Amino acid sequence: MQRYILRNKNKIILINGILIAIGFLVNWTTGDTVVFRWSLIIASIFGVAPIVLQAYQALKVKVVSIDVLVTIAVLGAFLIQNYEEAAIVTFLFLFGAFLEQRTLNKTRSAIKELTEMAPESALKQLESGDFEEVEVDEVDVGDVLLVKTGAKVPVDGTVLTGEGSVNEASITGESMPIRKEKGSNVYAGTILDNGTIQIVADRVGEDTTFGKIIELVEEAQDSKSEAERFIDRFAKYYTPTVLVLAIMVWLFSRDIELAITILVLGCPGALVIGVPISNVAGIGNGARHGVLLKGSEVISDFSRLDTMVFDKTGTLTVGNPTVAEKKYYGDKTSEATDYLAGIERESDHPLSNAVLEEIGETKAVQVEDTEVVKGGGIVATVNGHRVAVGNVAVMERENIKLSGSARADVERFEKNGNSLVLTAIDGELKILMGVRDQIRPRIKEDLQRLKRLGVKNLIMLSGDNQGTVDVVSRELGLTKAHGNMLPEDKSAYIKKLIEEGQIVAFVGDGVNDSPSLAIAQIGVAMGSGTDVAIETSDIVLMNSDFSRLPHALGLAKATARNMKQNILIAIGVVLVLLVSLLFSDWMNMSIGMLVHEGSILVVILNGMRLLRFSLRR
Amino acid sequence: MKAATIQLETLTCPSCMQKIEGALKGLDGIDQDTVKVLFNSSKVKLNFEDDKISIEQIEKAINKVGYEVQKSRVKSA
Repeated sequence: MQRYILRNKNKIILINGILIAIGFLVNWTTGDTVVFRWSLIIASIFGVAPIVLQAYQALKVKVVSIDVLVTIAVLGAFLIQNYEEAAIVTFLFLFGAFLEQRTLNKTRSAIKELTEMAPESALKQLESGDFEEVEVDEVDVGDVLLVKTGAKVPVDGTVLTGEGSVNEASITGESMPIRKEKGSNVYAGTILDNGTIQIVADRVGEDTTFGKIIELVEEAQDSKSEAERFIDRFAKYYTPTVLVLAIMVWLFSRDIELAITILVLGCPGALVIGVPISNVAGIGNGARHGVLLKGSEVISDFSRLDTMVFDKTGTLTVGNPTVAEKKYYGDKTSEATDYLAGIERESDHPLSNAVLEEIGETKAVQVEDTEVVKGGGIVATVNGHRVAVGNVAVMERENIKLSGSARADVERFEKNGNSLVLTAIDGELKILMGVRDQIRPRIKEDLQRLKRLGVKNLIMLSGDNQGTVDVVSRELGLTKAHGNMLPEDKSAYIKKLIEEGQIVAFVGDGVNDSPSLAIAQIGVAMGSGTDVAIETSDIVLMNSDFSRLPHALGLAKATARNMKQNILIAIGVVLVLLVSLLFSDWMNMSIGMLVHEGSILVVILNGMRLLRFSLRR
Repeated sequence: MKAATIQLETLTCPSCMQKIEGALKGLDGIDQDTVKVLFNSSKVKLNFEDDKISIEQIEKAINKVGYEVQKSRVKSA
């Protein structure tokens, strides 16, 4: 019975509405009050049934919900034989809830679209070698799966055979076909546009990148800020308070009409739903545009941002440095090149890769006694010679004298924005290389947009030498730039800014600057969609796309603004209702319910505007 | 200890959360600190001890306060 009533709520609303319409129609046309009265009584009984049930269920677990208030109000109206109000209030309450559900679903649609992209089935290889369609839950790590053209990749995996192009929009927000062949990584939820591939499952279910994103977004939209928790606590005591207030009014004034009107007017609706709705819509918009915002606290902090601190390599620059300038000194330079290459092969530093790429194939050499100089370079014995490779500090440590012309070269290279790799053999400088990283395309515009959005300071921190840092800073028009910084220096610097009272966001690729990501109020990770950075940061820019950053900031600001509007609307409506109850005679239960339901719809619709938010160019 | 993710019909009113939390609070075998009702994704997440209470009993408790359970997933926590 209970379930039957709740499941047929929509039919009940319809019957309830029709009966009310019939009643009023008959009354106006014929003046017949008997039909009028009875149709309204029946309408009320139909209408109040689901509300009573919900109220009962709430009371059973000791919650005074809105349903409880409305139930008492309707019963009170019955008591004073005001069937008209009883019927209309039940109708408005039910119909309002119906509309709320519809609009809520719309608001949640952005995230729903995301979760619906989750793969459901997979073609799994059996022991016989044939493939059979199974539910995606049945796939284990290590299984071999077949993915055909147009199908979703069911798990995170590695391509075994075949090739094709994959649309990774579900993970990166970027709908560009990406070529996959043997050995490439593929991700769950992405779509194979053409080709056929066989993959081996590396991660399944919630452990896949896509699974993690969904979980994060789902948790984010329900995470609560301090303000929301306050409203929640408030609502918990608010409804019982309204109930007590109404009873007191009734006791003192003996006016049931007034008491039940207070019950209806006091319903908290727009206030409770206003903030979460902005939150959901904002996070949904972000998820669609490759920006993961982790909850409303993050949104509110980010929207009040003063200072944005950037890591240089991999964030402002492409992160793939190349040798831009080089100079040789003295004789036997080809030998020196061989030695340099021999040493650099021992290292996986980004500069080493750049140097090796520049040199290409060389003769094999024997490298011994390798010693890594922290933050500087490498010293080793190669074919019996003492070879030092690294920056100026390493040369000084090795007591290598630089000639006047070499010094001038070093200065010039630095000024041009290069990181330096010097090579000395047996105490004599042989090679000077300047390695430079390319600035990301269009980044200057993005930084300008951030400034226009109200970020006061744009600061760059880097482990590179100050010369390099200054060049990049000047080119991009940053507020400040500091070089020669170790990861711990960066986080100390951010800590200092925070102590000065600034709200600071740190933007980095999360590889070696996790302390900074953690210490800044807002850590923004340039995630390639696979990084652990997704878990540790507050905001993730999918696909390492820097151009999402202005959108993220604009969206956070719009969302925070939207929340404030909704709170204002909600409080304003309650105030207006209460004042009109006290100082006017047109206020009654039905109008109260109408305004109340109306205000809920207004805040939902206001929140929905965020779904369409996009930053003006 | 098992971790359950329970998908419900769409939740529309914030008081739903209070109701569901209230319904689960009274149950023995549920780790109360892990109970999370996700309003927007209409999900309940919780940890429970499977020798004290079954997932069916948990679903029933949610049904009793008036919410349909669409799907439950249980894995070891």
